[in-house]
Amino acid sequence: MEFGLSEEQVMLQQSVGRFLEDAGGLAQTRALAASGARRTPDLVTGLSELGVMGLITPESQGGTGLSLLEAALVAEQLGAHVSPTPFIGTAILAPLALQLAGSPGQQGLWLPRLAAGQVTAGLALSEQAGGREDAGLEGRNGILNGRALFVIDYEADLYVVADTAGRLYLVPATAPGLVRTDLTTIDVSRPTGELRFTGVVAEPLAGAGPDLVQRLLDVARLLFAADTLGAAQAMLDQAVAYASSREQFGRPIGSFQAVKHMCAEMAAALEPCRAMVWYGAHALDHLPSEAHVTACHTKAHVSEVGTFVARTATEVHGGMGFTDLVGLHYWFKRIGLNRQMLGGPQALRDEAARATGLVS
Amino acid sequence: MDLSYSPEHEAFRGEVRSFLETHGTQAPRGGGPEALAWQTLLIAHGYAARTIPKAYGGFGAEPDILKSRIISEEFSRAQVSTGLGGQGISMLVPTLLEMGTEAQKRDFIGPTLRGEMVWCQGYSEPNAGSDLANLATRGTLDGDDWVINGQKIWTSTAHLADWIFCLVRTEPDAPKHQGISFLLFSMKTPGIEIRPLVDMTGAANFNEVFFTDVRVPKEQIVGRRGEGWKVANTILGHERGSLADPNQMQTRLNALIDLMRTETVGGVRAIDNPVFRDRLMAIQGRVLALRCNDLRLLSAAVNHQGAGLAGLVVKLQGTELRHELEALAIDVMGEMGTLYGDTPGLRDQGSWQRNYMYFLGLIIGGGTSQIQKNIISERGLGMPREPKLAQA
Repeated sequence: MEFGLSEEQVMLQQSVGRFLEDAGGLAQTRALAASGARRTPDLVTGLSELGVMGLITPESQGGTGLSLLEAALVAEQLGAHVSPTPFIGTAILAPLALQLAGSPGQQGLWLPRLAAGQVTAGLALSEQAGGREDAGLEGRNGILNGRALFVIDYEADLYVVADTAGRLYLVPATAPGLVRTDLTTIDVSRPTGELRFTGVVAEPLAGAGPDLVQRLLDVARLLFAADTLGAAQAMLDQAVAYASSREQFGRPIGSFQAVKHMCAEMAAALEPCRAMVWYGAHALDHLPSEAHVTACHTKAHVSEVGTFVARTATEVHGGMGFTDLVGLHYWFKRIGLNRQMLGGPQALRDEAARATGLVS
Repeated sequence: MDLSYSPEHEAFRGEVRSFLETHGTQAPRGGGPEALAWQTLLIAHGYAARTIPKAYGGFGAEPDILKSRIISEEFSRAQVSTGLGGQGISMLVPTLLEMGTEAQKRDFIGPTLRGEMVWCQGYSEPNAGSDLANLATRGTLDGDDWVINGQKIWTSTAHLADWIFCLVRTEPDAPKHQGISFLLFSMKTPGIEIRPLVDMTGAANFNEVFFTDVRVPKEQIVGRRGEGWKVANTILGHERGSLADPNQMQTRLNALIDLMRTETVGGVRAIDNPVFRDRLMAIQGRVLALRCNDLRLLSAAVNHQGAGLAGLVVKLQGTELRHELEALAIDVMGEMGTLYGDTPGLRDQGSWQRNYMYFLGLIIGGGTSQIQKNIISERGLGMPREPKLAQA
């Protein structure tokens, strides 16, 4: 019985955190947003050197061969540093889909290149969790038609896309008939967009089906929750530091109970989320009967707590919290995007209720 | 990360299960002589007083947090009583083990464990609630006796108790935390008056206790004069966490789901009402978060590590969540949710209303939610303390 992180896991978390810090943290996200660039090749290269881009890829394919718990620890660090790097699609979902449903040829072609950071991969999954407008992809005889919105790791060389029947396909970004439209969201740290397919010839992942799509959704949800955990912790840490140093009425504002209780409420709500994310990741790795419901609950609950922390930490900063100068809003918006992706809290609670037989 | 138990622990779980299969039917439903016999049986098998030394009437096992957890899981699964509780067993016994004299350990621990000696805790006073160290009950040395005058309040089970462990100000000139002593005395001592305090649930578990020239032999003190605050605090942390057991919360959540499956309003089952169902699922998610947190605490305890913030938040989060859980059941029942006491139509013996109120009591008791937030922010987050306005 051991419910906690191993030394190696803590080291991984620290080394990723240090790398992102050295890379500039928020300053890097700001610079990227200001320049209008949407890609971060240096980050991808650096993270691949740390083994992050091939985190769950077997060593025989050039990866690190770790589990989803480690993936959650990395996601937490990316959220903490509002990092503009691709990860969930490129490092986790695409390799997972390839490992579980790709042919040996597809695996050999793509897995090592993804792990090495030579290729990035986006995931078109949103329509599987509740499509918006008339989006959705029809796949017939390997030909795709339709739209996919809110692609994860959208700035990519390769896409893994799901059709309405739950089949998966590989589509290069340069495929004829594929038109990309950038979407501007609140969150500049993770560019997204829409893919429009008109008669695109796509290469199926032969082993894929609705079960794999469900698995990808659950993994992605857990990782969005982990990202929110990191982002919310970063906001809480900043609020505590600010309240402890900012003085009004001749004393630190953090000595006023009205302010310190806001911080206590954030910590009290957030700290159990850490264990919940660990447990949810562990369930995805080892407890198949619990994995789906736990992923739904984890993303729903951590999103609720994240939203509360995002708002409260901003408020603790007073007027400065509202400014771009302090930059808290980058985390606020990151948490906001994570919350909406692949099902908000209400939708996920409904899904958990259905999965546990509470809906007749 | 490994949630499995070792073969030794799995074998132990088997032993507990076979004990429960053999003896579970003998378990008492209430108090009385059967409860005392059950307690004796549990101690003999090591399912109560497990790590208390044999010399003091316990079972004398080495501490093993996982075995203790297995016992509590299996007894809870079988819905069998884990034996006697109360503040004597949960608070005084561990205090005496740490701070008591050899004579005190021999005289008090055994009878307390066996249920022959029932204790109450004399801590809070009308002017010493959240600011407990402000207590004013006086103890003055007169010959070989302490003479005690003052009043305690919120004294659970004082009307049933044989003895009291009591915080008394014996050094009026010392700083407030250093002027308190921890005394033990019989509730039959002349000069003690007990008045029941009826709470909002209608029960009278609490009392006010008045002391008028109560004489206590001077050796009935735990620790030295003026060390009472330290003695009391050696185990105060135990009480907080135990008020919000997430596994108990899971049992209650399952009962809520059963209720929502059977309760109908306008012919529609509560579980089929999407608004109620969403509230239920939100609570289920929060219970899951606290159960995961509890696994983290268990693991930290097994490895002798501090739990930090994860431990400090349990009382606040657990009692607030439990109160909300009970509140949902009441809303689900509509007008039926107001029924209380012996009346037609009552659901689940009125437990939802009773617990809804009882857990508001626990939000306040054992350190209010506001005090918990002070502790979390000051000890957990290292935030600046409130400036001291007046020095006592």
